[in-house]
Amino acid sequence: MVAISTNAAAGTQVPAASLRNAWVKFGQFTAIQDISLEIGAGAFYSILGPSGCGKSTLLRLVSDLIPPAAGEVSVFGKTTEAARLAREFAFVFQDATLLPWRSALKNVELPLEIGRSRGIDIPVSDKTPLELLELVGLKGRENALPHELSGGMRQRVAIARALVCQPKLLLMDEPFGALDEMTRDHLNLQLLKVWEETGVTILFVTHSIPEAVFLGQKVLMLKAHPGRLHEIVDIDLPYPRSIAQRDTPEFTRYSAHLRGLLEAC
Amino acid sequence: MTAIETTLSVIQTDEAAEIAAARRNRVIAVATPVATAAALIAVWEVGVRAFGVPDYIAPTPSAVALTLVGEFPQLMRNFWPTFYESVLGFVVGNLAAVLIAVAFVHSRLAERAFFPIAVFINTIPILAIAPILVLIFGAGLTAKVVIAALICFFPTLVNMVRGLQAVSPQALELARILSASKSEVFWKIRLPSSLPFLFSALKIAATTCVIGAIVGEWVGADLGLGALILDATFNFRSALLYATVFLSSGLSVLLFVAVSVVERLVVRW
Repeated sequence: MVAISTNAAAGTQVPAASLRNAWVKFGQFTAIQDISLEIGAGAFYSILGPSGCGKSTLLRLVSDLIPPAAGEVSVFGKTTEAARLAREFAFVFQDATLLPWRSALKNVELPLEIGRSRGIDIPVSDKTPLELLELVGLKGRENALPHELSGGMRQRVAIARALVCQPKLLLMDEPFGALDEMTRDHLNLQLLKVWEETGVTILFVTHSIPEAVFLGQKVLMLKAHPGRLHEIVDIDLPYPRSIAQRDTPEFTRYSAHLRGLLEAC
Repeated sequence: MTAIETTLSVIQTDEAAEIAAARRNRVIAVATPVATAAALIAVWEVGVRAFGVPDYIAPTPSAVALTLVGEFPQLMRNFWPTFYESVLGFVVGNLAAVLIAVAFVHSRLAERAFFPIAVFINTIPILAIAPILVLIFGAGLTAKVVIAALICFFPTLVNMVRGLQAVSPQALELARILSASKSEVFWKIRLPSSLPFLFSALKIAATTCVIGAIVGEWVGADLGLGALILDATFNFRSALLYATVFLSSGLSVLLFVAVSVVERLVVRW
């Protein structure tokens, strides 16, 4: 319940991410049209929407991978570039993007090595890389090379790597999209555990309505062509969440509501 | 015997049969090519004897083997210079190719300026350019090393450029999110991910550098396997010629195996 209390205090804090009339254009194509949004520190937002609605673009905008065509984007009150240089956020891609020649542990340590020789002050998690691997349930596999791990394990290494610089904001772009149902359930539970233990803010892009409802305090629904904000749905289900909650009438109601919104897009 | 014991013993004999079958497969995998080679050599021996082919046209394998043993000191005296030329050429040619590939990847201008020249040099037959290089560098070691280096150069350049560019866009995005500098991206991501490409080029170079050294020796040398090949040919000592040819191929195999061993130690993914 730690995370809830963090979230309750969010009103007085600087928002984790803030977009004001943000636009993203790729040439003539408008990927994101005039989105204004505030993500409270410590919150867990699921982002849902039809393909082409700019879900990934939204994460890439916040993470300084692409610039806004107009409007303002800030992360913890800083420009996205300043937040990137201060390692305030970390990104988890759909593909684990591990370096294949590095062991699981060495992959987790990579962010600590980058910038060290240039004397840059890097924030470091109070957990060691080994403890982070343990946190994601990979104790004993720290010396395995990525090709010796399953898809789910690789993604867990990527999550541990994302946590190693103690980010305050975790941006996740369909991280479990390529995994099977069972592995996905398992990793969802583990992710909630990580969220509750670290108090990190999470923006989680997904294609799956049940996953969005199961994880998020709020579901951010986007519309396509051009990508814009559709609706923000509060998910008032208690944490810690369990797989059994999926069969409750409330859960089904949220799913049905979101499906309705998705079909209306 | 109870039913369980019977089942267990059946399983055991099944397992034993499987292991025996696996071992048999391995033996067959080795024995087939060896037996084929032995048969071909036997056909050669019998053919030369049966048709009375004169020794200076085609020697019998047994004569070649005897020469290999009898002339071993002379063969080795000629082996070492070729070995040094090949290895030096291998090192120089590949080092140059790797460094130029790095320059190409960092500067489009350098690639535009020099890649066509590299292609042009590669199109000149090595036999045609060898005399020019001997004229420039003299009949000593340098010319042979340069020829061996030249023959290694192009495949490594092309593979290394491809290897350095074969980084996934997502790995580069990860680097950007970590605010990695250009040199960090190079040392931590680009260079390691190019290694499998580099090693496939080095395996080609391991065999071609020997060709380069021998061609260099043909143009002008007193010592070396290339020189010995010419000497044996002009003196109709065909058994010695064949023995030298086998030794040249042995040198290529040696270098190839050395590169493969290093590859296995370095590229573990």
